[in-house]
Amino acid sequence: MHDMFKRYGTGLTTMILLVTAFWILILLILPNLTMFESSFRPYLPVTEVGGPRDVYSFANYGRILGAHTDLSVLGITFEVPVRVKVFILTIYYSAVVTLITFALAYPLAYYLAKIVSPKSLPTLFLLLFVPLWVSEILRSFAWFIILAFKGPLNVALMSLGIIDSEIRWIAGFSPVIIGLVYTYVLFMLFPLYNSMQSLDSNQIEAAEDLGSPWWRTHWRVILPHAKPGIASGAVMVFMLSAGSLLVPSLLGSTTSGWFTQTIQGVMLEEADWNTGAAFAFLLLIVCTLFVSLMMRVFGVRLSDIAK
Amino acid sequence: MSAGIDLDNVVCDFGSFRAVDHVNVSIQPGEFFSFLGPSGCGKTTILRMISGFIEPTGGVIRIGGKDVRGQRPNQRPTALIFQNLALFPLMPIWENIAFGLEVRGVNKATRRKRAEELLALVDLPGAADKMVSQLSGGQKQRVAIARALAVEPSVMLLDEPLSALDLKLRQHMRAELRAIQKRTGVTFIYITHDQGEALAMSDRVGVMSQGRLQQVSNPRDIYNNPVNGFVASFVGENNVLTGPVAAPTGGFAVMETPHGRFRARIADGVSGQGVKLFVRPEHMRFSDSPTAENSTPVTVTEVAFEGNFISVHAQSDSGMTFLSELRNDGSAPIPAVGTRLHVSFDPAVAAILPDASIARG
Ligand SMILES: Nc1ncnc2c1ncn2[C@@H]1O[C@H](COP(=O)(O)OP(=O)(O)OP(=O)(O)O)[C@@H](O)[C@H]1O
Ligand SMILES: [Mg+2]
Repeated sequence: MHDMFKRYGTGLTTMILLVTAFWILILLILPNLTMFESSFRPYLPVTEVGGPRDVYSFANYGRILGAHTDLSVLGITFEVPVRVKVFILTIYYSAVVTLITFALAYPLAYYLAKIVSPKSLPTLFLLLFVPLWVSEILRSFAWFIILAFKGPLNVALMSLGIIDSEIRWIAGFSPVIIGLVYTYVLFMLFPLYNSMQSLDSNQIEAAEDLGSPWWRTHWRVILPHAKPGIASGAVMVFMLSAGSLLVPSLLGSTTSGWFTQTIQGVMLEEADWNTGAAFAFLLLIVCTLFVSLMMRVFGVRLSDIAK
Repeated sequence: MSAGIDLDNVVCDFGSFRAVDHVNVSIQPGEFFSFLGPSGCGKTTILRMISGFIEPTGGVIRIGGKDVRGQRPNQRPTALIFQNLALFPLMPIWENIAFGLEVRGVNKATRRKRAEELLALVDLPGAADKMVSQLSGGQKQRVAIARALAVEPSVMLLDEPLSALDLKLRQHMRAELRAIQKRTGVTFIYITHDQGEALAMSDRVGVMSQGRLQQVSNPRDIYNNPVNGFVASFVGENNVLTGPVAAPTGGFAVMETPHGRFRARIADGVSGQGVKLFVRPEHMRFSDSPTAENSTPVTVTEVAFEGNFISVHAQSDSGMTFLSELRNDGSAPIPAVGTRLHVSFDPAVAAILPDASIARG
């Protein structure tokens, strides 16, 4: 802070601080506080707002326990509220998406950080970035077309003789997973690449020189070093996936409800912003708890991620 | 259990650049051998070829008599100590040391025990559970040595391992390394650009320049009988004289220089362009009158007291500055600045040498 005053002078520093404060307070904290507050108030006709029935309660949060449906886990079938089921599946499939992006990004990040010659690196990064220039909607639509019943993927697979008849790709959660992985894989790749790049190549060579096969070098030297990158990539991909609305809406089917779609339904179709806000906070809180739990399990500290 | 190493016409090209040029040397089992040369002369490249990270472009490398071409570093009986040590910062010290054993499937209790033994060997007991970041430079050095020794290599390869340490510690670690080598009997191949280090520690030294091995010999021979101008001037200080050389007789020849006629040893077949006369500062003598040969009149321009010796600069009337080092033992009078004297040297301690051998074609 003192440095900033010295470097930019009092006027400019005050300006920067004010703008940042405005952004954080007015654009971030205030709307969230309003949402938070309204999530505890009932959805009432305008005339009754502020009236005797406008009191704080957890009623909106309780509405997640509405209608019931069946959920089977490991062959055992439970009866659960339908929204809770959607909620659980959203968390579960977001975790699946995170795992798949990790499996894809790890070898690629290693290749980019340690194997590719520095000369071809800019070209490869450009190739990776190009899809980002296309809007998310278009990319999701592209996958919709690729995965269509009479779409190019089925045609290609059939003409290659790999499959005999078309596969219905757009069913269940698979297209949503594919779409989310495609959309968010770079959020895993870049932190991974960064953390691997900071690893001294001599350490990899030292491990090999001591007789280590490649997989053990990865397990004992490279993976531990990349852990902070893995953690920040995983948190980003998980949170973005769980919070994604566009991909599940475009690529989803009737059997693949995403909790964000539930929130959207409540807010826009039922016009019940109070319950919508409650659901949104539930998602945020549970995701945060889940992430902290995972970080505890894998022994990652918050300060590692911030690096 | 140590092994010898043979480099047989080893060549290494990076694109069109030849980093190592037809190197031939046989290193004996249990020998402490140093490659000495200036930065960029190809020392690290040789070490990386022996350890298996680079395949030679040409030639054969044999370890313990076996051709190791095509073997990966994890299959070779060598252990490399990197220029920057490359310890694993996320493992405690004992796991660092035992990593090579872990790879070989040794159980945890045995690994731990072996790590403690090695820590005792390198004089670092009680450090097993510390992290790398908690150690000093010299301690890290020892851990790196212990980690390499743990896999019981036949050959240890050390790439300028002392260059990051301060002078005191460096001198201490020299003795330490030498002692560890004697204790374990493992062949050490040591790389350095520090001539003092190479001469003090090694059984034999190979002096390199521009990818070529210039001379392989024991430290005394390297210093006293350099085979060419490069070796003479890279190892130690010299007074260098140039001029036409008369035909040699009986292993000596006379060089005609602007500063006088000087006689010195000359090897068979040395003649013509590029030859120079080299004489070490400690062999320069001062006298009040000219000696029978190899002397020239000078004026003392600078006297510097260095502790164990006194360095004297003296300029000849023809403009050449001679450097002389006199021992601080009272055996010779210390001249004062401005004194007129004669400087001379014994022909037997001076040598007329050719330039360095340079790349063919
Ligand atoms: N991978 C490489 N590609 C191209 N040139 C290289 C490569 N590795 C080394 N060189 C070149 O080969 C020459 C020898 O390099 P080397 O690392 O063996 O030198 P060195 O004697 O160990 O030097 P230093 O004392 O500075 O470590 C240098 O000129 C270097 O630029
Ligand atoms: Mg080097």
